[in-house]
Amino acid sequence: MAGCGGTTKGSEDAAGDGGGNATEQKADPNAKIKEGLEITFLPKEIDNPYEVLVDEGGIDAVSELKGTGKEVGPSDASASSQVSYINTLIQQKADAIVIAANDPNAVAPALKDAMSKGIAVVTYDSDAAPDARQIFVNQADSEEIGRSQVKLMSDQIGGAGKIAILSATPNATNQNTWIEFMKDELTKPEYSKVELVKIAYGDDDDQKSFQEAQGLLQSIPDLKGIISPTTVGISAAARYISSSPYKGKVKLTGLGTPNQMRQFVKDGTVTEFALWNPVELGYLAGYAAAALASGQISGAEGETLKAGKLGEREIGKNGEIILGPPTNFNADNIDDFDF
Amino acid sequence: MLARLLRWETVLLVLCVGVFVAGGASDGFAESGNISFLLLDYSEVALLAFALLPIVLTGEIDLSVASTLGFCSALTGTLWDAGMSFETIVPLVILAGIVLGSVNAVLIVRFGLPSLAVTIGTLGLYRGLAYVLLGDRAVTGFPENYRPFATDSIGGTFLPYATLLVLVVGIGIAVLVHVTTTGRSLYAIGLGAQTARFSGIRVDRVKFALYLLSGALAAVASLIYTLRYNSARADNANGMELVAVAAVLLGGVSIFGGRGTVLGVATALLAMAGLRNVLFLDDVSNEIQNVITGLLLILSVLVPVVFKPRRTKDAPLEPSDVDPERRAGADTGGRLRRDHEGV
Repeated sequence: MAGCGGTTKGSEDAAGDGGGNATEQKADPNAKIKEGLEITFLPKEIDNPYEVLVDEGGIDAVSELKGTGKEVGPSDASASSQVSYINTLIQQKADAIVIAANDPNAVAPALKDAMSKGIAVVTYDSDAAPDARQIFVNQADSEEIGRSQVKLMSDQIGGAGKIAILSATPNATNQNTWIEFMKDELTKPEYSKVELVKIAYGDDDDQKSFQEAQGLLQSIPDLKGIISPTTVGISAAARYISSSPYKGKVKLTGLGTPNQMRQFVKDGTVTEFALWNPVELGYLAGYAAAALASGQISGAEGETLKAGKLGEREIGKNGEIILGPPTNFNADNIDDFDF
Repeated sequence: MLARLLRWETVLLVLCVGVFVAGGASDGFAESGNISFLLLDYSEVALLAFALLPIVLTGEIDLSVASTLGFCSALTGTLWDAGMSFETIVPLVILAGIVLGSVNAVLIVRFGLPSLAVTIGTLGLYRGLAYVLLGDRAVTGFPENYRPFATDSIGGTFLPYATLLVLVVGIGIAVLVHVTTTGRSLYAIGLGAQTARFSGIRVDRVKFALYLLSGALAAVASLIYTLRYNSARADNANGMELVAVAAVLLGGVSIFGGRGTVLGVATALLAMAGLRNVLFLDDVSNEIQNVITGLLLILSVLVPVVFKPRRTKDAPLEPSDVDPERRAGADTGGRLRRDHEGV
């Protein structure tokens, strides 16, 4: 029945190629950042506290560059709700759109339309289809996140012992990528005495994560540490450990926010954990958008972005810029951060 | 008849014109590209509202329309991913919509269950089945030779193809509701199913057919949605049933059945689409937009009630004019004739 003369997936009519990057103009690295740029941040949803922080950083960056930054966005993170906002920004003739895409494909036609009208398009946090934006500002390199988590854990348990991972859902893309890199890192000789015995899934649900942490510790008596590369998982696990006899004996690390983890660092449950700085992510995206809109960069590989107090970043393959290695938080520096 | 027209439809028309005149003051509103987008953005809602209108006229409801859309979108994605040709998928998906509509119809008509309860159930059920099909995945890469029908305008004008389809469907529904005998029977059923049944109207058959139509229109809307966003997902059009119901009620259709016009619903749709667009352009946040839509809805129910006493002064009191409108055994003929001819 399939493909008898009709249009099928992969047939020529269905190629779905948007014709590549719509704004392929030459960049002038010495061009000045234009004043009065209107740059709008379009998060996945407007009430998400993480995204609010990111966008604050972005709006700060735009203000530094004497432009006008604002944040608009839907109150639900559904796939199509961002499209109306993109259309509005096209009509308002914004200079740049900085978007965390809810669905890489659903927003693509609207973003291409924006680019064809000379609007600079930057994605951050969550990418759109690569031909529908000029630059993607990635929080951190997946490989670096995965490998650095293993190092954090190994340092805390003295390089030997059984460890477990408490992840989000079994099919979470981010977490699974990181876990693959963790496994790869563990094959290195310096980690030969570290043994990954189990991966548990707390589904990014506070209560389930709490119970999974409890289960891990009770079923594996000689467990030395847990890595939880999700903000929900690490705080739930910390809550369990802090009130259990395992406190101080079992190490916990992963990705968490300083505000969630502050009390557990202070009471000795957690020694050190990591996360990229969301304010800096927005800041970098703001600079990238302004530089694009001013013709300083075009999004091509090898160009250099001057990003204010963050210094310089090189644009990598597929127009990707990486914020940098995640920040490690411990008792010494945690009070310097408020997010 | 005139008095009735002077009521809600007029208020709506003024509102609609007001929105578009006020819109002219917002930068970028009156551009052809923006008008196209505004129309296109409401094409799926309009199809769902036109599917709902005849059902609400009979005093029933179908809250599963957006979930049917979601399921059909997920099905489109699944079949496309499996390599089936798009030409084969279209009829299959419409058939699937009709099947989902028939499940509603069987439960409501054959088993006599309340449509509100049944379709709240299938609202969850169909959305759930959509997730069973696609999970969290999104299917994309739909054929570029068909996508323009859901995204482009006709030969350089402001009128999108999808809106033309909406117009054709709207006219079809208007003919069905306001011209045919079946249409007349919808009002009769809405004013009193028992009376209608005793008058020889095949109430069950009519209702059954309306739910099949609703499923089919939701499937058509799903094809537009999927092609427009080039993305088939299980959460497509999540919550859209409420926007469609709002358009129907704002259009002056009585939720108890027996009163309402296609023109009213069409005007309400245009006013809502225009208002949403203007509010977006003026950077009014989503929350405030919801407040405004909510107030408008309350107004739409309130105004006919407020205007009612004046009407009873003009005309001799008929039993059917007494509030609440439907009394068991009341002579609904007068109202029926008036409403039916009211367009």
